[in-house]
Amino acid sequence: MSRTWAYLSNYLVYSSMAVYTLSFIAHAIETAWAVRVTTEDSKKNMDYKRTEKVARIATAMMILGFVLLFVGVVARGVSAGRVPWGNMYEFSITGALAFSGAYLVALRKYDLRWLGLLVSIAVLLTLGTAVAVLYRPSAPLVPALKSTWLVIHVSAAIISGGVFLLANAIAAAYLYLDAMESRGERTAWAKRLPSLEVLDQLSYRLVAFVFPLWTFAVIAGAIWAESAWGRYWGWDPKETWAFITWVAYAAYLHARVTVGWRGRKAAWLCLFAGSTFLFNYVYINVWGTGKHTYSGL
Amino acid sequence: MSNEIEVPELGSVGLLRYGWRQLTSMRTALILLLLLGVASIPGSLVPQRTQNPIQVGEYFKNSPELAKWMDRFSLFDVYGSPWFSAIYILLFISLIGCVLPRTFEHFHAARALPPVTPKNLDRMEHFSTWSSQGDELDKARAWFKSKRFRVLEKDGSISAEKGFMRETGNLFFHLALILVLLGISFSSLFGMRGMAIINVGERFVNTTTSYDSLKLGKLFNENNLPDFALTVDKFTAKYNVVTSAPEDYTLDITFAADDFNKTEKRTIKVNSPLKLGDTSIYLQANGYSPVVTVRDSKGNVALQGPVPFLPQDGNLRSIGAIKVPDADPQIGFVGSFVPTYSRSGTDGAVSVFPEALDPRLLLAAWLGDLGLDSGVPQSVYRIDTSKMNQVGLKSLKPGETFTYPQGSITFEGYLQWVNIEIVNDPGKNYALLGSIVAILGLLASLFTRRRRIWIRVGKSVEVAGLAKNAAPGLESEMADFVAMLKGEK
Repeated sequence: MSRTWAYLSNYLVYSSMAVYTLSFIAHAIETAWAVRVTTEDSKKNMDYKRTEKVARIATAMMILGFVLLFVGVVARGVSAGRVPWGNMYEFSITGALAFSGAYLVALRKYDLRWLGLLVSIAVLLTLGTAVAVLYRPSAPLVPALKSTWLVIHVSAAIISGGVFLLANAIAAAYLYLDAMESRGERTAWAKRLPSLEVLDQLSYRLVAFVFPLWTFAVIAGAIWAESAWGRYWGWDPKETWAFITWVAYAAYLHARVTVGWRGRKAAWLCLFAGSTFLFNYVYINVWGTGKHTYSGL
Repeated sequence: MSNEIEVPELGSVGLLRYGWRQLTSMRTALILLLLLGVASIPGSLVPQRTQNPIQVGEYFKNSPELAKWMDRFSLFDVYGSPWFSAIYILLFISLIGCVLPRTFEHFHAARALPPVTPKNLDRMEHFSTWSSQGDELDKARAWFKSKRFRVLEKDGSISAEKGFMRETGNLFFHLALILVLLGISFSSLFGMRGMAIINVGERFVNTTTSYDSLKLGKLFNENNLPDFALTVDKFTAKYNVVTSAPEDYTLDITFAADDFNKTEKRTIKVNSPLKLGDTSIYLQANGYSPVVTVRDSKGNVALQGPVPFLPQDGNLRSIGAIKVPDADPQIGFVGSFVPTYSRSGTDGAVSVFPEALDPRLLLAAWLGDLGLDSGVPQSVYRIDTSKMNQVGLKSLKPGETFTYPQGSITFEGYLQWVNIEIVNDPGKNYALLGSIVAILGLLASLFTRRRRIWIRVGKSVEVAGLAKNAAPGLESEMADFVAMLKGEK
């Protein structure tokens, strides 16, 4: 029974990868096949009407991929009889789910379709690594993980991570476009991307929105550590880097709200803060020591 | 000495004031905050004494000169080091210096009325004007009231303000962080933390001498150790048959508190410690203690009982030392216990499963000076064999005896041991309270917008608004407001 669910989960994850790949191709076509407008007044602009259909397909595929992956993650949980957050394979597929989910939610409110190419690449890379390198058979949890706090702590951390990475992608886009603009005009394809000011505001808003959740994830982890390990804070490498991420984003928020940093400086600080999160996830999980490393990743 | 440098009194006060202003400035706070993040990094890359003393020891063994220098910069105790403490203490002083004045300011501001409506509203943002119907002021008053704006009405105009929760939440967040820090300091001064290894069947009485390792807070009074005793009745470990990963640990104890007369059965699991007021008892680790009997050449018993061995891998291959200092000459056994025995071509005897399905005790017997009287503290799990000679090697099944010229050792069987940690943490509830208030304050602060809206009604109606920190959302609110005034909604 549990084995059937585990296989089902694997098929769904593979299928979602195929669908994300279609989304990636559609996004790529949309970006590459748009034609230059020849009329005098809008010279050097791109006409995206021609590729509107394929853009819609791209988003539809992204949604379908999200749904398949969602069911895949749920099936993984069912197969093990627990929440699907017991090892790094499971963290990774859930993280990819959270990242594309954050993008889709933000897409409802902001015109972010230009970011779809980047999002689909990132999701595919994450899922590819998870399937090829990190895969472990579905198994019950070790005793330390058997707690309600697993659900609370890990879900908060994964959602925060998804939104942090989205804010990072936007900050990176900001820096790229900023460099392009300082050399002169934006190139034709980049013209439909939002203004620098909008990108700046957007990455700030994402961080401000999710910072309390990250704070909560850290505190929930501390409460759990108190009951599982006998102390709520022990400077375990994972804890330390969670703290560093928290401090970095706190500095980012202060720099924006109180000191008035905008634009380039703020984007760099945002990128730095986001990279501490990634470092924590990749380096500490794989090469680090400490209580957050469980047998076989 | 004081004659040489003449510093005017005012100057030094001025200097102090200058320093204080610098320290409590936002820029300094920001630098300190980033510095705190950067300063935490080395502790996650270099092993720390508090978490991994064995790895620190290996550093000293492999490159003693480098380790000595690293130790001088407290790189093995980063989070208790002077430089780390300096950063966070400065940060918190800066924080207090910043937050306290703002609290008083905010307290006054919260009771004050909003400032009078500016004369030239058309210079403000979100300005619009139209000819009056006469009832706009009443409508606006009711609207402001229903939305809980604070209002000042004067000369046919209303000045309304909302969003004080932003600063209130902000201040609560920062004050709560101070509470968290106080809770942590309180615990480290008045708390205690100790470990003890107990074999199944043995009894632990809570006195300082019962612990294998014990750390007391500077102001912890030994008499405050709660009176209790516990007997380890049974320890059950369940493992996954395929992966050997543990699935469940259950520790059953008989617990006796206060007068030791009343006993009760209790269960401790990994995520549910036994709570006793501020004190909690945790199940931290487990392993095997082979039970041995050592006899001298005449057959007299020199040592008998369980000896705890330390697990080395997931299948609980364990190593340890059996020391017989009373024998003459002294005897020591360097041992390895494997719960489920198998042979591997490269590693020799290995364990293939953590449960004791086919246990073996592998021994190397050493004769000579154990070095216990040298005054240098020794690990109970290792033997310094530099002044000893090996007299034999043997692999034993339970019940078997290894006889060597000077005596014999019998492997009687094994017991399981558990490592319990007893923690008294009196400050943790303050830290928790601080954390909860911090999150609530953060939410209030990040999701509240502070803004002002003005309306003046004469022949025509004039409205305008101003959002602090250019927070978004005022535009739609103004649109609502105007629609309401015009009777469109």
